[in-house]
Amino acid sequence: MSNFFRIFGLLLALLFLPSTLVEGSASSSDVNQESELNVKEFILHHVADAYEWHITRIGTKQITIPLPVIVYSKYTGWHVFLSSRFHENVVYQGFAISKSEKFTGKIVEIEQSGTERRPFDISLTKNALSLIISSSLLILVFMSVAKSYKKQGFYPKGKFVAFTEMFVMNIYEEVIKPCVGKDYKRYAPYLLTLFFFIFINNILGLIPVFPGGANVTGNITITFVLAFITFLIVNITGTKEYWKEILWPDVPVWLKAPIPFMPVIELAGIFMKPFALMIRLFANMLAGHSITLALVSVIFVTAKMGAATHTGMTALSVFFSVFLGFVELLVAYIQAYVFTMLTAVFIGLGRVESHKKAKV
Amino acid sequence: MSSLLTPDTGLLFWMLLTFGVVVFVLVKFGFPVILKMVEERKTYIEESLLMAEKAREELEKVSIESTSMLENARKEQLKIINDASKTSQQVIKEARELAKKEAIKIIEDARSEVLAEKENALREIRLIIADLSVDIAEKLIKTQLDNQKSQDEMIHRLLDDINIPKS
Repeated sequence: MSNFFRIFGLLLALLFLPSTLVEGSASSSDVNQESELNVKEFILHHVADAYEWHITRIGTKQITIPLPVIVYSKYTGWHVFLSSRFHENVVYQGFAISKSEKFTGKIVEIEQSGTERRPFDISLTKNALSLIISSSLLILVFMSVAKSYKKQGFYPKGKFVAFTEMFVMNIYEEVIKPCVGKDYKRYAPYLLTLFFFIFINNILGLIPVFPGGANVTGNITITFVLAFITFLIVNITGTKEYWKEILWPDVPVWLKAPIPFMPVIELAGIFMKPFALMIRLFANMLAGHSITLALVSVIFVTAKMGAATHTGMTALSVFFSVFLGFVELLVAYIQAYVFTMLTAVFIGLGRVESHKKAKV
Repeated sequence: MSSLLTPDTGLLFWMLLTFGVVVFVLVKFGFPVILKMVEERKTYIEESLLMAEKAREELEKVSIESTSMLENARKEQLKIINDASKTSQQVIKEARELAKKEAIKIIEDARSEVLAEKENALREIRLIIADLSVDIAEKLIKTQLDNQKSQDEMIHRLLDDINIPKS
């Protein structure tokens, strides 16, 4: 297997070699400008949300999918236009993409005084579109599977249905059943939806071109919503015993009165748990995307360091990128798994029954 | 950098919308169908397995029963055959004994008849002989007693004979 990787890397390096050399000799000034690309900015730009879906650049021509901008201004009302307008005009209908420190990359309304203001912005951004695509895919997949069950009964035909069922039942039996406990059936549909939502978004994020490549699950907004729903489910369906354990836990009295140490810690825990969920998924996916991008940018950063170094580094970069691709594939699954499992565990903890009752 | 860590309102809106739709559709129509079908199939398979197990047990029982029945039948058969042979032997023996007895009786009867016949024959012969001897004696006496003297002698002798027991 390692031999295969070595050969594969070499081949890729050879493939890249001519193009990089040609590029190197073509216009050195251009390359110099390019190679001085700010890696940090490059990465941040790619992992962040955007108003257009950048696909590639051929020569000087940027190929992007323009996305609709939907903004509401306090002064001028609703505005809906394609983000490609900003290619033609820096300021369109009083809006511009900010370059300032505070709102960098966001659409701002330029007030008459010249100051920037964030309008109410529900533009269909890259992440939003990616969300819609992945959600449609998710619904398509599972509704078609459900349909084939409805139509063909117990034993639907097709490898895809069988595979999906295996996947679903694996999560159902291995994660939801043991983690939630007694009334797992009630929470199973949501938890499965959660798992596959995260999973499909993670996987789509790994595909470098449209319709993938958006850093959806590495966006704090997304993970915030997911974690917040977990928070709501856990605390709304929590039993009396759950709240009792938080507000008046079974510990020596001096720990809970007159200064309520334990209740304070437990109350903090209520928020801490979903917060950890939010950060874990966000950070993992963001890190994955960032490292991949960093590895790719190694190729461009080393472009001016001479052909030998550049070739070597390119080969190394490709090798590590491939390796990281596999790791990311694993991470895509693991993070979805962990998020679902922890949500299931928290729900299970929220559904505790009285210990005394259990003992009797 | 700060933009990475602050939730975005627009995206929040889209996320709530799309995730809401996904959750609604899949929780309501998607996963319950799949889970229900798989559960149903599971119970169906379990039941089928149980039934198969039961049927197997039943079959085993039946086969054991049939073997024992066969065994019993064989035993019965043997017993019947044995009984029959015993009975037949008994019958033969009895018949033989009866025949023997009959034969003995017949022989006995025949013998007694023969004896009776013999007796009869002897009696008749005796009668005939008596008649004959009387005739002979008459003739003899007639011949012997053709003179006076011999007649007297005879009478004397007869008288003597009669006198002896009287004396």
